[in-house]
Amino acid sequence: MSLAIDYAPPGKRLRQQTSRDDRVKLGFMAVIGLYLIVALGAPLFVMLSKSLSTYRFDLAAFEFQVSDETGKTWADAVTAEALNRDLGVVTEKDLATNSDGRLAATKFFPEFNFRSPVHYRIRGTADGAAFLVGSTLEKGIEWREYDSATFRRVVLRPASTFGIENFKTYFSTPALARSIYNSVLMASISTVVTVSIAFALAYALTRSCMPLKGLFRGILTIPILVPSLLPGIALVYLFGNQGVFKDWLLGYSIYGPIGIVIGSVFFTLPHAFLIILTALSVADARHYEAAASLKASKWRTFTTVTVPGARYGLVSAAFVVFTLVITDFGLPKVIGGQYGMLAVDIYKQVIGQQNFEMGAVVSVILLVPAVLAFVVDRRMQKRQVALLSARAVPYAPKPSGRRDSLCFAFSCLVSLFVLGMIAMCQIAALVKFWPYDLTLTTKNFAFDLMDGGGWAAYANSIKLALLTAIFGSVIVFAGAYMVEKADGFRLGRGVFHFLAMMPMAVPGMVLGLAYIFFFNNPANPLSSIYGTMTILVVCTVTHFYTVAHLTALTALKQMDPEFESVGASLKQPFHRLFFRVTLPVCLPAILNIGIYLFVNAMTTVSAVVFLYSTDTKLASVAVLNMDDAGDIAPAAAMGMMIFYTNVVAKLLHAAVSRGLLTRTQAWR
Amino acid sequence: MRHALSIEPTPTSIPRAADQANIPSPPYLEIRDLWKSYGDFTALRDISLDIGKGEFVCFLGPSGCGKTTLLRAIAGLDLQSHGMIRQGGRDISILPASKRDYGIVFQSYALFPNLTIEQNIAFGLENTGRPKAEVAGRVAELLETVGLPAQAKKYPAQLSGGQQQRIALARAIAISPGLLLLDEPLSALDAKVRVHLRHEIKALQRKLGVTTIMVTHDQEEALAMADRIVVMNHGVIEQVGSPTEIYRHPTTLFVADFIGETNKFPARVLPDGQVEIGHSAFSCPTDGLAAGDAATAVVRPVDIIPHGADAHAVHSLDRPATPQNLIDAQVHEMEFLGMFWRTRLSAPRLGDQALVADFSVNAVRRLRIETGGVIQVEIPRERLLLYPRGA
Repeated sequence: MSLAIDYAPPGKRLRQQTSRDDRVKLGFMAVIGLYLIVALGAPLFVMLSKSLSTYRFDLAAFEFQVSDETGKTWADAVTAEALNRDLGVVTEKDLATNSDGRLAATKFFPEFNFRSPVHYRIRGTADGAAFLVGSTLEKGIEWREYDSATFRRVVLRPASTFGIENFKTYFSTPALARSIYNSVLMASISTVVTVSIAFALAYALTRSCMPLKGLFRGILTIPILVPSLLPGIALVYLFGNQGVFKDWLLGYSIYGPIGIVIGSVFFTLPHAFLIILTALSVADARHYEAAASLKASKWRTFTTVTVPGARYGLVSAAFVVFTLVITDFGLPKVIGGQYGMLAVDIYKQVIGQQNFEMGAVVSVILLVPAVLAFVVDRRMQKRQVALLSARAVPYAPKPSGRRDSLCFAFSCLVSLFVLGMIAMCQIAALVKFWPYDLTLTTKNFAFDLMDGGGWAAYANSIKLALLTAIFGSVIVFAGAYMVEKADGFRLGRGVFHFLAMMPMAVPGMVLGLAYIFFFNNPANPLSSIYGTMTILVVCTVTHFYTVAHLTALTALKQMDPEFESVGASLKQPFHRLFFRVTLPVCLPAILNIGIYLFVNAMTTVSAVVFLYSTDTKLASVAVLNMDDAGDIAPAAAMGMMIFYTNVVAKLLHAAVSRGLLTRTQAWR
Repeated sequence: MRHALSIEPTPTSIPRAADQANIPSPPYLEIRDLWKSYGDFTALRDISLDIGKGEFVCFLGPSGCGKTTLLRAIAGLDLQSHGMIRQGGRDISILPASKRDYGIVFQSYALFPNLTIEQNIAFGLENTGRPKAEVAGRVAELLETVGLPAQAKKYPAQLSGGQQQRIALARAIAISPGLLLLDEPLSALDAKVRVHLRHEIKALQRKLGVTTIMVTHDQEEALAMADRIVVMNHGVIEQVGSPTEIYRHPTTLFVADFIGETNKFPARVLPDGQVEIGHSAFSCPTDGLAAGDAATAVVRPVDIIPHGADAHAVHSLDRPATPQNLIDAQVHEMEFLGMFWRTRLSAPRLGDQALVADFSVNAVRRLRIETGGVIQVEIPRERLLLYPRGA
């Protein structure tokens, strides 16, 4: 028997000798961690600092001297500020600018003539003052002398200050600040409507005996396969100025809140539906039996058993829908009209006005609700897990004529709504001139005759989707493997997991803008990927990283944690176990990650809209641009091309999964 | 004693290790001053233990006692915070798991689900430069050894739990490890399969002569299989000894209480060397205790001998002496448990506390013991164990 001593022995804690496996794993984790830092952390940080940077021409910081015609005798030095005081050439308003603002030095010399023999001297009065001669940057308090011909090319650069100036400007601009209210309002209404419908549908699928459940399930997930622009286009056709059902709106316009809500319900429905469906599927039949044995009424059972059982699912669905709507850009761009929304504001500020700092400010504001929703949702999900009991008995509904018919009718109605929107786009893509000339035509598919990128854009999209699916699956799975299976480096794994969870909280528009700031900077050695397919792939993988990461993590967690211990005891290197066991067992999950990334890469607009170049135009962006240019029918046609592609991809995925499963997973 | 060992007939036979002193020197596995802490929680406290070559040792204790932590430290899966482990003369204290020499079997089997039985067993043999034919031969031999020669092409999910655990065992011994670690290998199995498999594991271990450590919380399993049992509690070793030692001579109250059933009574040592329990004095060895010391007296239900109404009238053959510590008791409850009767007795001389005693079916019939009846029972002097109070 040992004596219990209540103190630890002296000396340092032992550290395990690192094996080659450990070093390899550490190396991999460092590489993928670095990827996430470069592709996510650093751009967001740069964006944040941009939103706090204000640019302003500091006229007191520049001093000039002018010579006489001989170029030898110099007048007294005078600051630009003093010159401007006399001349008034630059107003106070013009002094505020952005990082790209430039001010020609000749403005302060009305009599300037580039052919004159007069020489000019310029210097900064402080170290920070900088000016450009052509594209050469000059700095410092040394006098520099230029002849008139050269002086013509001297421009002053603004000084940057750090502060919340931009945010003050934002909130004092009513048109911009109002977008916060609009966005929150639209997101809230859409959330209530979508979650209610989704709950009813999920209830119908899990608690009734109505027929055609599989079919409904399939139909209700269709909206995932199309860009969020597409419901907007469908609504324009149905209820727009030339819409067939325009009168149904009783004089209200579809362009604005009504269109945004209907469209949002359409494209967020599958997300909410699938979450609530999962929550309702795990119901414990014993609770229903207990309720029945206590003679509870149907309504009482519904309110005390069904709803509470799914409450975490409901809350989670609500947050997902809210985040999707508030961060979506495509739909309000198409159908929003003059109704300002935050995500569209970013686009307008950046693309329309080239005001990057203000774009960054709106991005930061948009981050707040998204991050908040994300944090609350994660907490909820953790509790949901604790709710599950391993001994639960699956619930099997019994037929009930009235309830089943009601459920069936409702499911039909919603399916009709989903199919109707898609069908509208399909018709729009195939007829000559809706609604006046309904003859069928393929001219709307002649994308090469229109702006937007033509068929090359479609090819680019496929390329992007494939590259995203392949590289994304590899990176995500390798990263999740390191988080789940590497021993030690607890801190590193924690940081890594946090980075992997972050993209969920970052709206696409924000990510895209952050990429501009980070990668479109000549000082960044990675700036060479700006404008290439590479940056689109990096951005898309990062944008959809979290869900893929969680899928991989779930698959890995289902594996016996002792596999690694057994592998080590059998003296096998980790990669042998990885390729021989881990990878084959997780293959279905990896394929699911692949198709998820593919579908999203095909439909995404928000992040890539800032990043495509003339060589890398994308189908989803083409939909946006053609719609913008008034070519709505071709936009619908391109949207349908994306839809077809995703359907084919889904079918292929199902076939490949099945084939691989029967071949490599005979054990299941 | 050395000369007696030298005439042992089989050189591979396992030393009948009874205690630390019998371990051949140097021991195969040496553990010295091992500590393991997680933050403020100390999972292992100053553990030192020697295990001889070929021994079958069980780590036994309630959940959370540190037995699995100790096993994982030996395996290099959870490194100890402090302390030294030496295996076969080699210091393995900080070696990664893959550089140590052991095979391991887990409660969950941890068979690779996508590989066939054959591929599972061959996993540690491939990639080692052995020719394919040799690997195949070894796999067939191992399947034969664990009694599942026909299952080679099946997948783990197609086998029963007991069969899967045998495959896991075959996989672990495939690489002929110097040490076999079993982490609750039988806990996930049905009672019958468990009993059957424990005989097989024991027989296999004897045949291979491989030093084996098994972690279990099942005392019956430990008593049946181990050469030596290490009883652990709260991160310390309570007692190390052979199964009979542990059962018959528990050195601490915890061990007495944890192994088998016990009656516990508060007691006090009397000046005449007897102990006072309830209102009366009982004869009992009082080693290490002084008169007046508070103690806990322990007696196992199976050790209580029934004597019918008048013990002095019936003299059993094996107990010729006059019974000591004889008390009157009334039978309150009788519970039939198949092999024996469990009774709850009340004895005025013991105070208010009930006495639980197990009587054989035979004795109950012979002595006509029945609920409400009064009998005499003997608490044998040498079966009454005394522990200092609070220990």
